Amino acid sequence: MKRTNELIVGLAMVAVITVITWGVFAVGDNMTPGVTPFSRDVYQLHMVVLSTVTIIGILVFAAMFTSIYLHRKSRGAEAAKFNHSTKAEIIWTVIPIVILVVMAIPATRVLIDMEDTSGADLNIKVTGYQWLWQYEYLEEDIAFYSAIDRDSNAARQIGSGISPREVDNYLLEVDNRLVVPTDTRIRILLTSGDVIHSWWVPDLGWKRDAIPGMVNEAWTLIEEPGVYRGQCAELCGKDHGFMPVVVEAVPPEEYRAWVAEQTGEQTSEQTADAQTESDPEPMDRTALMQHGEDVYDAHCASCHREDGSGMAPAFPALAGSAVVTGELSQHIDVVVNGRPGTAMAAFGQRLDARDIAAALTYTRNAFGNETGDLVQPADVEPLIESRLDESLASTEKPER
Amino acid sequence: MTDTTAHTDDHHSQPKGLARWLFTTNHKEIGTLYLVFSLAMFIVGGAMAMIIRAELFQPGLQLVNPEFFNQMTTMHALVMIFGAVMPAFVGLANWMVPMMIGAPDMALPRMNNWSFWILPFAFLMLLSTLFMPTGAPASGWTLYPPLSLQGGNSFAFVIFAIHLMGISSIMGAINIIATILNMRAPGMTLLRMPLFVWTWLITAFLLIAVMPVLAGAVTMLLTDRFFDTSFFNAAGGGDPVMYQHIFWFFGHPEVYIMILPAFGIISEIIPTFSRKRLFGYTSMVYATASIAFLSFIVWAHHMFTTGMPLGASLFFMYATMIIAVPTGIKIFNWVSTMWRGSMTFETPMLFAIAFVVLFTIGGLSGIMLAIVPADFQYHDTYFVVAHFHYVLVTGAVFAIMAAAYYWLPKWTGNMYDERLGKIHFWWSTISVNVLFFPQHYLGLAGMPRRIPDYSVQFAEFNLISSIGGFAFGIAQLLFVWIVIKCVRGGEKATAQVWDGARGLEWTVPSPAPLHTFDTPPQVDDSVSAHKDQLA
Repeated sequence: MKRTNELIVGLAMVAVITVITWGVFAVGDNMTPGVTPFSRDVYQLHMVVLSTVTIIGILVFAAMFTSIYLHRKSRGAEAAKFNHSTKAEIIWTVIPIVILVVMAIPATRVLIDMEDTSGADLNIKVTGYQWLWQYEYLEEDIAFYSAIDRDSNAARQIGSGISPREVDNYLLEVDNRLVVPTDTRIRILLTSGDVIHSWWVPDLGWKRDAIPGMVNEAWTLIEEPGVYRGQCAELCGKDHGFMPVVVEAVPPEEYRAWVAEQTGEQTSEQTADAQTESDPEPMDRTALMQHGEDVYDAHCASCHREDGSGMAPAFPALAGSAVVTGELSQHIDVVVNGRPGTAMAAFGQRLDARDIAAALTYTRNAFGNETGDLVQPADVEPLIESRLDESLASTEKPER
Repeated sequence: MTDTTAHTDDHHSQPKGLARWLFTTNHKEIGTLYLVFSLAMFIVGGAMAMIIRAELFQPGLQLVNPEFFNQMTTMHALVMIFGAVMPAFVGLANWMVPMMIGAPDMALPRMNNWSFWILPFAFLMLLSTLFMPTGAPASGWTLYPPLSLQGGNSFAFVIFAIHLMGISSIMGAINIIATILNMRAPGMTLLRMPLFVWTWLITAFLLIAVMPVLAGAVTMLLTDRFFDTSFFNAAGGGDPVMYQHIFWFFGHPEVYIMILPAFGIISEIIPTFSRKRLFGYTSMVYATASIAFLSFIVWAHHMFTTGMPLGASLFFMYATMIIAVPTGIKIFNWVSTMWRGSMTFETPMLFAIAFVVLFTIGGLSGIMLAIVPADFQYHDTYFVVAHFHYVLVTGAVFAIMAAAYYWLPKWTGNMYDERLGKIHFWWSTISVNVLFFPQHYLGLAGMPRRIPDYSVQFAEFNLISSIGGFAFGIAQLLFVWIVIKCVRGGEKATAQVWDGARGLEWTVPSPAPLHTFDTPPQVDDSVSAHKDQLA
């Protein structure tokens, strides 16, 4: 029995040591040093603290296992009588305090550095939505949404039959990457349109929560060009695990070219938008249906599914739905203003009249909903405007 | 030897069957009810953990949809915290505190009955939400708004269940405080009390201080969700971060509620099997009290990424780091208690030693998490999951297991099967490390927590972790069998049970008769469990 016990203990030790060594050396899964001055500071801090606590752990466990080996009854050990030692207790109160102070000093220095977000050359506003990110370049007039890419999204459905291993960067790729210049001090402003999210790219060295009603600040300075991937880190509902963050850092001149390309595109789009706003141009059925499908897949399909079958009971089916096949005004109201107390967001704050009209037309004529209705941007516009008026009125409330 | 009176057992007629358990006011029977309930919830919560680990076995979604996955992580936590760990400690307190201080029963026996019988109904209500159309809560056990407010009408059941659990805990805590402060036997001065009693006294004050805070927080969620208030709704002038402050003002003392009684248990077991008095008894008491005090001023270390002002971040970082000092004192004292003892390694001692080692690992990763800039990377990753499972599973749960093996002979009059107990120990200890240690690497490599699916780079360690999880789950079924076997029979236990054990509970026969210490014993240093020789 005694021999078996010792054998078990031995095997357990071997197993533990194997797992730890394999983790650290073979797989190399440690925190990334990252590509910013801050992430390198954090990495160094991490290594210092990790080494310190490892040494403390080894010393304490060594003392304990020595005692377990030497002071066992089966070796004939007699119990000593002592049960107090003021000297020892003072020592093991003071030494940990000293160690903690030594660790706290660099931690404080790095934190102070991180909190100073002044002197940025570029400001980017990040807004979290269930379940995609919106990026707005405050100096450049560029804004776009960034959601999980189609390949990952297809593969991640239950019973998709697609192996995640066959998808490049499974769950860590988006349709539109956040493109930023290297060697530039970038201030990132974070907020949310619905629930709390958290924007995290390990290579930048930090994560920060995106909270509705609040704007958080952080900064970064990426030194090496490359593609850096992360994910939403705060539980934000059903598709929390499917909300990647991808940052593409390019040299400043390449970034200028990218900006020129984007603003060129956006300007032409905006002229079109401006036209629809002043005098909403009616769109034909094909245009509405085509654009509607794109909008639907990007903003609606994660809950209501691409075939409109939904996921009862939280996410109702749109195929044959009373709202979708019923009166148009109610349908517009639900999409523009959302359903408070559910995951149905108020899309009036995210999408413009053209997108909403197209999505409405699409849902009213797809999935077997053959209503034949065409919804024009002009039908949606008044509700979006009244929504804006209401939200302005509500911000003025305290003064009434 | 004993002041116990066996004849009082039958001086009034005992109800039989279900009525006996429904109407009992006896601290031992209520203790048994709590422990059985806790074991049942441990199995239920464990089954949910198995679903989680099965889904995470390989990348891609195979078994459950993301919504149900979120319900599982939420319910697993609520069931384990409020259903398994807390009732287990209350059950142990019910059984042991009166026997350890020489009291005939708890101070408020009928309230004691009520505080238990609320719990099955609370959990029936909580678990019933799984079968409701809008499903169980899926916003994590912290119920952060605005996400939690997106839940359906079943959310009202969750909140009512939490209120009931809170009422139960507060009544239990009042009872424990009243018992300890008023019903100690003559000579049982405060500084002669066993450490388990001390840690529970402090825990009970924590419970009374923070459970009402939780009740307030969830009531505000209730009115925000159903009555259109805007406590946490930014559009109505509220603040979602305020909820986090209130919640963690409850939540951080809550985690010490789940570990302080464990410290007490370990401080009973290690001296017994080292055949040596506890080293530094007085400093243990003061360390426990300091940890309890510090638990009230560190709550925001759960919120470093919410964008707190620099000064607040620094304050909460320093305050959190200081906790390492009293916790360190406890660990050094346990090691010193073993030092130059005469140790044997029965199952309770094995679990106690595993507690010291594995809880220390959890504590050391806790120091890492306190460092704010590093926490910007660790926060909400599997590193945190690994950290709190080391302190809760190999900390709190291992201590409860140790306590069960330690006191089962006293409760049942039978020795448990030592061979099976050792198998249970080794199987659990190895598998629990296979389960949780790789999660440190997953977190450092960048895997967020609470995700149902992950990138393929995390596949290997998730696979290992899941295998460890299944093995640990099966090991706990063995524990259930060991307990049943021990209740049914086995080698008869003596009153002393363990030759190194000290304290009043070992002066009564095994099994402990229904009524003990009708006449209070006289306590002096020769019978007290601990004594500081202030030389």
